[in-house]
Amino acid sequence: MFLSLSVICLTVAVLLAQVNKMTAEPIADARAMKLQNAIREVVPAFDNDPVAEAYLMPDGSGDSLLVYPAKRGDELVGFALNSYSDNGFSGTIRIMVGFDMEHKIVNYAVLQHAETPGLGSKMTEWFRESSKPEQSVVGRDLSQGKLSVSRDGGDVDAITASTITSRAFMEAVNRAYSAYSNSREEAYTGATVSTDKEEQKPTVEGGDNDE
Amino acid sequence: MEYIGIIIVAIFVNNIVYSQFLGICPFLGVSKKVDTAIGMSAAVTFVLTIATLVTFLLYKGLLEPFGLQYLQTISFILVIAALVQMVEIILKKISPSLYQALGVFLPLITTNCAILGVALLVIQKDFNLLESVVYAVATSIGFGLALIIFSGVREQLSLTKVPKAMQGMPIALITAGIIAMAFMGFSGIDQVFK
Amino acid sequence: MSKNIKVLLNGIIKENPIFVLLLGMCPTLATTSSAINGMSMGLATMFVLISSNAVISLLKNLIPDMVRIPAFIVVIATFVTIIEMMMNAYVPALADSLGIFIPLIVVNCIVLGRAESFASKNSVLSSIFDGVGIGLGFTLALTLLGASRELLGTGKIFSMTLYPEQYGSLLFVLAPGAFIVLGYLIGIFNKLQHKAG
Repeated sequence: MFLSLSVICLTVAVLLAQVNKMTAEPIADARAMKLQNAIREVVPAFDNDPVAEAYLMPDGSGDSLLVYPAKRGDELVGFALNSYSDNGFSGTIRIMVGFDMEHKIVNYAVLQHAETPGLGSKMTEWFRESSKPEQSVVGRDLSQGKLSVSRDGGDVDAITASTITSRAFMEAVNRAYSAYSNSREEAYTGATVSTDKEEQKPTVEGGDNDE
Repeated sequence: MEYIGIIIVAIFVNNIVYSQFLGICPFLGVSKKVDTAIGMSAAVTFVLTIATLVTFLLYKGLLEPFGLQYLQTISFILVIAALVQMVEIILKKISPSLYQALGVFLPLITTNCAILGVALLVIQKDFNLLESVVYAVATSIGFGLALIIFSGVREQLSLTKVPKAMQGMPIALITAGIIAMAFMGFSGIDQVFK
Repeated sequence: MSKNIKVLLNGIIKENPIFVLLLGMCPTLATTSSAINGMSMGLATMFVLISSNAVISLLKNLIPDMVRIPAFIVVIATFVTIIEMMMNAYVPALADSLGIFIPLIVVNCIVLGRAESFASKNSVLSSIFDGVGIGLGFTLALTLLGASRELLGTGKIFSMTLYPEQYGSLLFVLAPGAFIVLGYLIGIFNKLQHKAG
């Protein structure tokens, strides 16, 4: 009785180990792909491997964000930043925001959220609707001041009936900008002062941090 | 403060039945009377808390260190099935009165997806041990609340006149939908505790 | 052969797991916020049903009666884990949207119920047909529920717009809508069956 059960369990464990081995690579590929696509979507065209060159950068509020530098040849063309806010309507919102070298937002991609479908979940498209400049954040220059929704005195129209989600989104974008300006400054001063070079070494492996 | 947030969210905002859709089978099956609903809730609270604790330790202590995460589903369900059996046997020996009250509900619990669901959720949410237990207890309270409210409504419902095709399950489901709407009013309440 | 066809049709209409047997309610309610999600959940469950039915019916003489249920659970959990890994590898977006309800196929009473009441007593071939029939019945019900909710909520079916989104009621995509739409669908099914019978 117990013998047959243990035989079944053993067979199953071996079988599952095999399937696990078979699918491990495609699963890792799919994850890496998702991250790559998000980066490609939010920064100008590049020809380096931003994931391999990723590093951590303080965001000015005690935490650090993963920064993916996008380069064409040796020249930096932008940064993608993996930013977040814990103040979403239902938990954490994680976004990838891309900036060019002139402090302007190129695009963003929502990586993870649990907002209400049909309300807060609209943020995946809402803030980049090119036909509605009053709600789009694309092309905004953050060196002119941080973003905030119109109810808080800013000039971004919040998602209808989802002010909390919109505020959280703005928080994530502003957090990304702080880390961006640190990275930008360091990249430019680092390029002239060669002793600071080692700061730019990739410290974190990308790919396992895509959520 | 953080724990109060977890409790409020688990009971009201993300109520396991009305918003997460776990444990629907017992929810619809044993909600015809308030008494049985209370018995079922107690049995679920008991098993859910122990099961979450045991599966959490199993995952962190055995599966994760050895890279066996792919055995998660299979080991969790076996542990839960074994646990329910054990609880049944121990309860029979130690407290026959409690066994009498909860006994009939125990076999039903193995296939209650709330148990496995919560065990998987605490791993997914990356809770620590204490958070997991707090979450498990709060979730079971949420389940009990949902079940008892619903059974109260259903007792009244059995006295009303309903079109023939809608009798029984259809009208019960629609009632559950209306209660779920009421529970939606709680969403965002956890913002207060931030 | 005609017996197998009968087994197949039985699962779709007479013993439709959702509308008649009222089993497997959790995934039914949780994953049907759109037609495509409902259909994928149905297909994933159907895969598990067919495979576990086949294997259990193959092993039915080797498994001692005493450990029948645990053995069934192990077999079912294996196929669930396999489909979970496959979905993570090849359709990650879908796996994300179904989330925790893929592993929860293990506790779907339909799967264990069919193993116990059909596969452990019948030949491999008719068990496979039973798996296909019940699986199709489940998939059709989930797709219908998903399509109704998507249509009422957003004016779309399978992401094809039928009427402008602002006329839809978001409620049907959210949690309460799941209960309400399913309630009415079962009511309609009852009415039709009453007329036919």
